[in-house]
Amino acid sequence: MSVQTWTFLLVAASFALYIGIAVWSRASSTKDFYVAGGGVSPLANGMATAADWMSAASFISMAGLISFMGYDGSVYLMGWTGGYVLLALLLAPYLRKYGAFTVPDFVGDRYYSQLARIVAVVCAIFVSFTYVAGQMRGVGIVFGRFLEVDVNVGVGIGMAIVFFYAVLGGMKGITYTQVAQYCVLIFAFMVPAIFLSLMITGTPIPQFGLGGVDQASGMPLLERLNGLHQELGFGPYTSGTKSTLDVFFITAALMVGTAGLPHVIIRFYTVPRVRDARISVGWALLFISLLYTTAPAVAVFARTNLINSVQDVPYSSVPEWFTKWEDTGLISFDDANGDGRIQYVGPESPLTNELTVDRDIMVLANPEIANLPAWVIGLVAAGGLAAALSTAAGLLLVISSAVSHDLLKRSLMPEITEKQELMAARIAAGVAVFVAGYFGMNPPGFVAQVVAFAFGLAASSFFPAIILGIFSKRTTREGAILGMVSGITFTAAYIVYFNFVNPGANSADNWWFGISPEGIGTLGMLLNFTVTMVVSRMTDEPPEEVQTLVDSIRVPRGAGEAHEFSM
Amino acid sequence: MIESFSNGQEGVQHSVTDQGTAARHAEYWRRNIRLLGALLMVWFVVSYLCGIVFAEALNAFTLPFSNFPLGFWFAQQGAIYVFVILIFVYVKLMNDLDQEFDVDEGEGA
Repeated sequence: MSVQTWTFLLVAASFALYIGIAVWSRASSTKDFYVAGGGVSPLANGMATAADWMSAASFISMAGLISFMGYDGSVYLMGWTGGYVLLALLLAPYLRKYGAFTVPDFVGDRYYSQLARIVAVVCAIFVSFTYVAGQMRGVGIVFGRFLEVDVNVGVGIGMAIVFFYAVLGGMKGITYTQVAQYCVLIFAFMVPAIFLSLMITGTPIPQFGLGGVDQASGMPLLERLNGLHQELGFGPYTSGTKSTLDVFFITAALMVGTAGLPHVIIRFYTVPRVRDARISVGWALLFISLLYTTAPAVAVFARTNLINSVQDVPYSSVPEWFTKWEDTGLISFDDANGDGRIQYVGPESPLTNELTVDRDIMVLANPEIANLPAWVIGLVAAGGLAAALSTAAGLLLVISSAVSHDLLKRSLMPEITEKQELMAARIAAGVAVFVAGYFGMNPPGFVAQVVAFAFGLAASSFFPAIILGIFSKRTTREGAILGMVSGITFTAAYIVYFNFVNPGANSADNWWFGISPEGIGTLGMLLNFTVTMVVSRMTDEPPEEVQTLVDSIRVPRGAGEAHEFSM
Repeated sequence: MIESFSNGQEGVQHSVTDQGTAARHAEYWRRNIRLLGALLMVWFVVSYLCGIVFAEALNAFTLPFSNFPLGFWFAQQGAIYVFVILIFVYVKLMNDLDQEFDVDEGEGA
């Protein structure tokens, strides 16, 4: 069977599975819709969290990014996993004990203030929308390349699927589809990785293959790649080019941002008990780390393969995948010296580089570059779609609950019935699907950049407010609001200045302390912490009932014995 | 000292004075913070120190039984393994602490 037939079959089968699950797990109450009834088992929640978290960016782009960045790519690997330690130790158990439906719920109640609630709602919607547009775009790219349908039609199909299970099933539908999506995406990521590891290093475990021996040259793989890099004028793969301080700050912004993202946090409201919340963060990170420790191996295999298969090859005899991807414009060759051969070289080489490769295609093109069987290529397409759809659904739920619960029920129209609130949640989810689809079809040029900055914004707004709300009883409404506003304003201003107002100045010489806009969220977070603590000391201490609330959050007993496992 | 507060079974707990419960909870919280501090120290050392600040220096060494430069290994593999282990250790120690201070959620489900 051809690649396209396989792709079509695998994608259709996975979609049928998601729809089947959606029909089976319809939501019948707001509690079902917001937190899946609060009865998800920790293992299932761990898998759902992993799928929720690992987006099109993790599946499609990350290994490619690392492939081109080498050591510097470590910021993503450590940043997007280390945040789970913070989540497990500092946030998840306490928020589960509190037992809210959303993040703004907690912020509004803990800081006894509607203003704090509204600030949190705005932050949550802003962060989630920028993220979801990127996912829809990922869906469009996979459809466009593998099924040769128009990108817009691809986005449309993705919208229809998400609409079906997110609007019908809410969190309950999303959770159980995400469990299935995790299985699809991890299988799709591991199979080509294992093939590649066997081919290049002779060991089936990619994590060991990365530290193994390159069979073609008999040299340690990383040493061999460093050698190739040196020959071609790239810096050594295993050492970075970014300053240590910048790597430090970017890693911290990504870690803290991860722990502050609303669509990740709400997943821990869905388990029955505090100790289930603790262990489900552990399961989530275990499932995530499977992909995250494989990705750097895939990056090195792909890099080595790419160099070996194109460097100094006559353009007339390039492999088939090269021409296919050239059609999409994601790979391009410009024969600068007119010798008809491809020179792929780095900045330190005396030659001129003639090849441009978009880093996003590394994972998608990898199976073709390595000549893997047709079904593996189809599998990668289904995996990319699973990653994008699962994350999109989680984000859409945050947006819909922010509107129906935080904005309507808790702020503007407290008198609406549960039935009306559930209807409002469904309508909000539906509208959000269409807005996300629109941005997927007409991406504003800055989406990709903004997604990367969403972490800095989450780090500088939510994280300190939630942490201090739990760990410092003295933190007041005024402190928290001023802290959130100053943290996010500072971070957003720095990012906007260097990327949109004065992009020419966006270089290490002009950055404050040499911190890039990607890492500035860490400084914004420190500012938020400082402002919140200073202002809190200068204002009246929180009311008695809020202090009692904090006391009760700190102790696990009484979190909700009434729940039962539904799976 | 703590024993005298936590030896009560479910039913007896209600008879413990509010002040006693508050003191027990305060001690529980203090122990929790100490545990968090220790675990976060490990978290910081493997990622920020081994994986970033001293990565280049550690690259002079190789991870035993492999060909990984050590600093590179910490940054792209080792730190992640340690993160996973840290969370499971935390879960075990915290569940024990809950029981010791009689604030756990009981067996059930």
